[in-house]
Amino acid sequence: MAEAALAVSGLRKAFGALVVSDDVALEVRTGECHALIGPNGAGKTTLLAQLAGEVVPDAGTIRFGGRDVTRLGPDARARLGIARSFQITTLIGDFTAEDNVALAVQARSATSMRFWKPAARDAALREPARAALVRVGLGARAGTRASDLAHGEQRLLELAIALAQEPAVLLLDEPMAGLGHDESHAMIALLREIKPAVAMLLIEHDMEAVAELADRVTVLVSGRAIASGSYAAVRTDPRVREAYLGDDG
Amino acid sequence: MVSFGHAAYFAAGGYTVAVLAQHGIDAALIAWPAAVVVAALLAAVVGALSLRTTGIFFIMITLAFAQMVFFALVAVKAWGGNDGLPLDARSVLPGIDLRNASVLYFVCLGLLVAFVALAAQLVESRFGMVLRGARSSERRTLALGFPTFRYKLIAFVVAGAGAGLSGALWAEYARFVSPDMASWTRSGEFLVMVILGGLGSLAGAVYGAAVLLGLESFLAGFTEHWMLPLGAILLVIVLFAKRGLYGWLAGTNDG
Repeated sequence: MAEAALAVSGLRKAFGALVVSDDVALEVRTGECHALIGPNGAGKTTLLAQLAGEVVPDAGTIRFGGRDVTRLGPDARARLGIARSFQITTLIGDFTAEDNVALAVQARSATSMRFWKPAARDAALREPARAALVRVGLGARAGTRASDLAHGEQRLLELAIALAQEPAVLLLDEPMAGLGHDESHAMIALLREIKPAVAMLLIEHDMEAVAELADRVTVLVSGRAIASGSYAAVRTDPRVREAYLGDDG
Repeated sequence: MVSFGHAAYFAAGGYTVAVLAQHGIDAALIAWPAAVVVAALLAAVVGALSLRTTGIFFIMITLAFAQMVFFALVAVKAWGGNDGLPLDARSVLPGIDLRNASVLYFVCLGLLVAFVALAAQLVESRFGMVLRGARSSERRTLALGFPTFRYKLIAFVVAGAGAGLSGALWAEYARFVSPDMASWTRSGEFLVMVILGGLGSLAGAVYGAAVLLGLESFLAGFTEHWMLPLGAILLVIVLFAKRGLYGWLAGTNDG
């Protein structure tokens, strides 16, 4: 069997006495969505930050396509093909939606040390950027400043940026956060469409999205992965019900 | 990111011209590029260290380097130490008579226009997109795969080279260089120009310089305590037009 696109083992991170990742192991295969769920403060976002290279783990290894990337910074990992979306929308506010995506296209194209030609008229950047915007349904909003977009549109733009990076691994930090009912459904449909081409790690509180998208679910509580399996298996696991899903599971 | 040490590159450019002249090299086509290169190299060293920090630490480190340059210039007796180094004559530019003050003025103006045009092109280029992205959100820019440090260093070196060129022209104009060129009050003056004109815009910096120097001569015509009303004017601008004069004139949405 081929090696997983992203494989994590023995990952440990503590901030002083607070252990946020406690011997975490998980893997994500291409074409698969692996959901990471758990109560607030379980260490999900810190785990994602370690996978993206923003936070250096104390111990353990992160392998990307068989290669040890544990010591690489976020920019190097992004160049290898690990893209992420941010939980709190992190857009370049005074750029248009299209500029935001064009910058991601530029990051893939390896030549950013160009000092003369105006980037705004660079078809090699603009066409893929528009295509990514159309794909998430923001084609008509390409010229709008990112900070002027509605919340739901900003979440879609986050995704368009990640798609434009043409990643092999896609780390999504609560893409549904703050979306209305219809917007959530559109986002789920979009992620389902993207899934076959990438290895997707999804942090999400929206259980409907997890049920729809996840092939595997890992439950994180106090930095520990207490259960892992299909959504159906995990939701009936007594430890999980006790720790997380509570009575409404 | 605010550099509080641009006087160092200004002085580096000026001293390069003066020291070359001291050794008999008075060709502007050699001295000016040399000034730019010396200033750029100095900026590369300072930038490589200071750009690892941000905010107040960045300001302090750039200031500390400028102070080192200042005291180094005071200490070098061969270059006049504290007294500075006069230039016997302006450099020679083939076909252009720099001894004529208005000719020198237009040469300076032409170089200013060229540098601003170059910088404006840079801002709009792919390189500039990365830089503007990093200014707005360094985290996002890193997550896209850009090693932001490298981009910031190049920008820092370009800014240092520009300051070096202006230092060279200043030396030609004044026919004199002194450690004062590297003093922290000089860096402060540069910053006042930028803040007055509007942070983060090229046109703003040019406006700021023109307005500051204009106000200085205008107010000095009334009183020798011209700094007092100037300070009050600065205060009003900082409090009421946070984007500087240019930002205020150009409207709120135009960067």
